[in-house]
Amino acid sequence: MGYLHEIGKYFLMIKQTFVKPTKWSVLKGLIFKDIDDLIIGSLGIVAFISFFVGGVVAIQTALNLTNPIIPKELIGFASRQSVILEFAPTFISVIMAGKVGSFITSSIGTMRVTEQIDALEVMGINAVNYLVFPKIIAMFFYPFVIAIAMFLGILGAYIAAVYGGFTSADEFLTGLQDDFIPFHVAYAFIKTFIFSFILATIPSFHGFYMRGGALEVGKASTTSFVWTSVVIIITNYFITQMLLS
Amino acid sequence: MIEVKDLHKGFGDIKVLKGLSTSFDQGKTNLIIGQSGSGKTVFIKCMLGLFQPDSGEIFYSGTPYSSLDFDQQREIREKIGMVFQGSALFDSMTVEENISFPLRMFTKLKKDEIRDRANVVIDRVNLENANNKLPSEISGGMQKRVAIARAIVNNPKYLFCDEPNSGLDPRTATVIDNLIQEITQEYNITTIINTHDMNSVMEIGDKIVFLKEGHLAWEGDKTQIFKTDNEEVTNFVYSSNLFKMVREAQNKS
Repeated sequence: MGYLHEIGKYFLMIKQTFVKPTKWSVLKGLIFKDIDDLIIGSLGIVAFISFFVGGVVAIQTALNLTNPIIPKELIGFASRQSVILEFAPTFISVIMAGKVGSFITSSIGTMRVTEQIDALEVMGINAVNYLVFPKIIAMFFYPFVIAIAMFLGILGAYIAAVYGGFTSADEFLTGLQDDFIPFHVAYAFIKTFIFSFILATIPSFHGFYMRGGALEVGKASTTSFVWTSVVIIITNYFITQMLLS
Repeated sequence: MIEVKDLHKGFGDIKVLKGLSTSFDQGKTNLIIGQSGSGKTVFIKCMLGLFQPDSGEIFYSGTPYSSLDFDQQREIREKIGMVFQGSALFDSMTVEENISFPLRMFTKLKKDEIRDRANVVIDRVNLENANNKLPSEISGGMQKRVAIARAIVNNPKYLFCDEPNSGLDPRTATVIDNLIQEITQEYNITTIINTHDMNSVMEIGDKIVFLKEGHLAWEGDKTQIFKTDNEEVTNFVYSSNLFKMVREAQNKS
């Protein structure tokens, strides 16, 4: 019953996010700030992880190609498929649940603890709209982060495979273009778009409705990371089933 | 003027407010006092609309407030200024941005007009050279001044202060008390202060409401509180050594 109550409360919060909007001139500033905090601020870690994980995918694939019948082009092909289908949209989203999710929960949670949310409500401001809506809009730019992750992941794979001596540049590029299905990119961005909404709202929910002090802010951040990751993984399963089966 | 009629509020089995009725006058500093756990904060949060009372009604200048929904309360909420115990300043905004926030939210003033009006209030609360500082860069006393400035910048009709002196040294506490009283008279607003501080009672208590276990135990003004026979009030007032000594000195003379 407790979980059902929380799920109901989450959907009511979502509804509340889109009613009684804050003045646009104020909201605009909040959206730009959230784009800076959530999107621009995540580019460094996403670029770093994507590049090296892309490289590791290529090396792992190359080292497992022990059968001489299997062409070396497979390294490029496998890297592309891994990075575009799963690594960039899903793996990066789970990392973002830790990076961005914890930031959102702790910043909103601290506002709750220090009565800043009460201050907004006393003024007659819809605090949910004021705090959560700009984050949802800012996260619309999240697919750009994933596009960068895709590019850097494949670049990392190319550098590791070619300069690591596992394959030639021609073989890698041929594999990269082999059996390319454009819908796979569309699938990756559809799920990225859904994950961006999850990444903005579940951490906000945990921050907004937390009670207690500093210790509870920490606990809420951890809970938020766990639930955001769980929801992303489950959603990923259903989207894959629906779009690729 | 704010009137409270038969207010009840509980959390589960715990009844915090048990049929509270009183009124707070315009142009006066009204103090709510009582021991910790007597229901002061719940009372003030019910009046602000942060808690929904179980029963009873709160009237703002004759308009019933508790029975309205959030949207309908909005009109009254915009006339309320609130100074929170921990100041509740927005961390990411500078002092000037904090103070001008209600103007940016609720008025159609231009940027220059907002800045001018914020500066008038900044001068009024004697905040110097702090416009561009963040709340974390100023002292507790200055944070209280910023909170007061933010509360009054949009010309409220009602000002609520939750323990405005907590965490301040006695001199700064007196300055803040006097500032609140001056602003109350100057703007002719209904001010309600939730406090433990007997110095505040002596300084600015135009009307004092004493709560005990969720009900109104006594009400009067600062001259009456030291003469009352009400045992609960005298136990509270003379619980501090300073006031005990004053009473003993008075008795001797």
